[in-house]
Amino acid sequence: MTVATRPGALRFLGYAASVVVVLGTWEYLSRRAIIPLLFPSPLSTLRIGLKLAGSGQLEADLWASLRRILAGFVLGSVVGVVLGVSMGASRWIRWLIEPYTNFLRFLPALAWIPAVMMWLGTGERAKIALLAYTTVFVVALNTMAGVGRVPRNQMRAARSFGAGRLQVFFLVTIPATVSYMLTGMRLAMGNCFMTVVAAELVASDSGLGYLIFSSRQWMQTELAFVGIVVLGCLGVIADAAFQITSGWFLWRYAPSGRSTR
Amino acid sequence: MAYIAFRSLDFRYGTHGPFIIRGFELELRRGEFFVLVGPSGCGKTTVLNILAGFEAPSGGEVLVDGESVRGPKRDRIVIFQEPDSLYPWLTALENVEFPLRVLGTGRAERRERAAAALNLVGLHGHEGKHPSQLSGGMKQRVQIARALVLDAPILLMDEPFGAVDAQTRIILQDELAQIAARTQRTILFITHDILEAIFLADRIGVMTAGPEATLKKIVDVELRRPRTRGSPEFGELYEHVHQILSEEVRRTLRREDSLL
Repeated sequence: MTVATRPGALRFLGYAASVVVVLGTWEYLSRRAIIPLLFPSPLSTLRIGLKLAGSGQLEADLWASLRRILAGFVLGSVVGVVLGVSMGASRWIRWLIEPYTNFLRFLPALAWIPAVMMWLGTGERAKIALLAYTTVFVVALNTMAGVGRVPRNQMRAARSFGAGRLQVFFLVTIPATVSYMLTGMRLAMGNCFMTVVAAELVASDSGLGYLIFSSRQWMQTELAFVGIVVLGCLGVIADAAFQITSGWFLWRYAPSGRSTR
Repeated sequence: MAYIAFRSLDFRYGTHGPFIIRGFELELRRGEFFVLVGPSGCGKTTVLNILAGFEAPSGGEVLVDGESVRGPKRDRIVIFQEPDSLYPWLTALENVEFPLRVLGTGRAERRERAAAALNLVGLHGHEGKHPSQLSGGMKQRVQIARALVLDAPILLMDEPFGAVDAQTRIILQDELAQIAARTQRTILFITHDILEAIFLADRIGVMTAGPEATLKKIVDVELRRPRTRGSPEFGELYEHVHQILSEEVRRTLRREDSLL
C-alpha cells in the first residue's frame, strides 16, 4: 500500500513545494522590489479575500458564476449530445448542419456578446445562452466523432442477432459513444470558465468576472487577484468533480474499461 | 439438397476492382463442421462475411435452406477473431443476454438462459466481470456463449482462436469439439492452422491463392471422435493438407516477390 501511494504523495509534495516557493518569492518581491499597488502580495490578497468572504460578497459572486456555468454547461451539453448524435447517425443531418458548426466553432462566445445582449438583454438568459453556445460545438463534434468510431464488429454482431436500426442505435451506438460525450463535456467545461468571465466583465453586477473587473474602479488590485485565485481553484475543483462523478457512474462506458485485477 | 450452398460466387469492391473471389462453389450439409483454410489474404473471411450477410456478393448467390441470403439474420451467428465485438460496458452475463434482449425475451428467462450458456463454456463464476477484466481466451468463450444462447443453427467462426495463446487454443479446441458434438450446429470455421482444422473438421476446404480465389480441394476427415492430435492418421492427413495448401502459399509468395 505504501509503495502504491508513494508516487501520489511525492507528487503532492512537489506541487506544495513549488507553490510555497513561488508564493514566497512573490511575497518577498512585492515587499521589497515592486509597487504593491500593481502587484499585491499574496498575504494582502488573502487578507482582502478573507474580508470579502466575511462580508458574504465573495460567496455571492462565486455562486452567481457557478450557477451560470452549470446552467449553460448542462443546456449546452444536452443540445450538443443531441446534435452530435443526429449528425453522426445521419449523413443528411450532418450535411445540413456541418456548414454552421464548422463556421461557428471558430467564433468565440466573446464575439457574440453585443448581439446576444441586444437579443436577450443583460440578464441571466444572455449569459446562460453564451455559456451554452461555448459548450455546444465541442460536445457535438466529439459526440459525432464517437458515433463514427463504434467498432464495426459491435454493429455487425447486433445486426446478426436481429437488431433493427433503432435497436442498434440505442443498444450499441449510444452506449459506445458515451466516453466521447464525456471527453467533449470535459473540454467544454474549460470553455465555460473562460466565457463566464467575459460575459460578466461586460454585462453583470455579480459573479467572479464582475469582481475582477470592478476592482479596477477602486484601484484595488487585490480584488482582481482574489477573483482570479477563486476562479482558478473553482475550475480545478469542477474538473476533478466532473471526472470523479463520471468515473463513479460511467466507468463501464470508458474506452478501455476498468480492470480490478 | 444442400443446407448451405455457395453458387458461382463472385466478389469485388466496386464495379471495376479486381475479383477477390471468383466462381466459388461449395455445399455444406446440415450439422457438419466445415473448416476453410487457405493462404492469408485469399478471401476466406470474405466468403464468411457474405454468408453472414455483412457483404453482398458481386455475382452468384448464397442459399441457406434454399433461401437466398439477403443480409444478417439470427440463424447465422458470427464469432469474430477480435473480441472487440463484445460490448465493453456490459458484464459477461449481460453480453450473453444481449441477443435475447434484442429478441424481447423477459428478464428472468434471459438471465437463466445466459447463465446456462456461460456455464456451458466454462465461465461459471465470471458472470459479473466486464470484458476488460477477462483474458483473451475467456472473451472468446463469452462470444461462443453469446452465439449459443440464441440456438442459431449456423455458427460462423472467423479464426476465433487466432489471437489466443497456444496452450489456451488447444483447450478451446477441445471444448469446441465437445460443444459441436453436443449441440449439432452447422459450423463454418476459418483458420490458417492445419492442426486445428484436422482436429475439428468433418471436411476441410482448401482455397486457392487470391485474387480470383476459389475452392481448390475438399478433404474428408474421417478420423473418429474424440480425436487425438498425435495419432499416425492425424499426421498423414496433416501432410496431405499441408501439401495442397503449401502450393497455394508458394504461389502467393511468388506473386508478392514479383511485385517487389
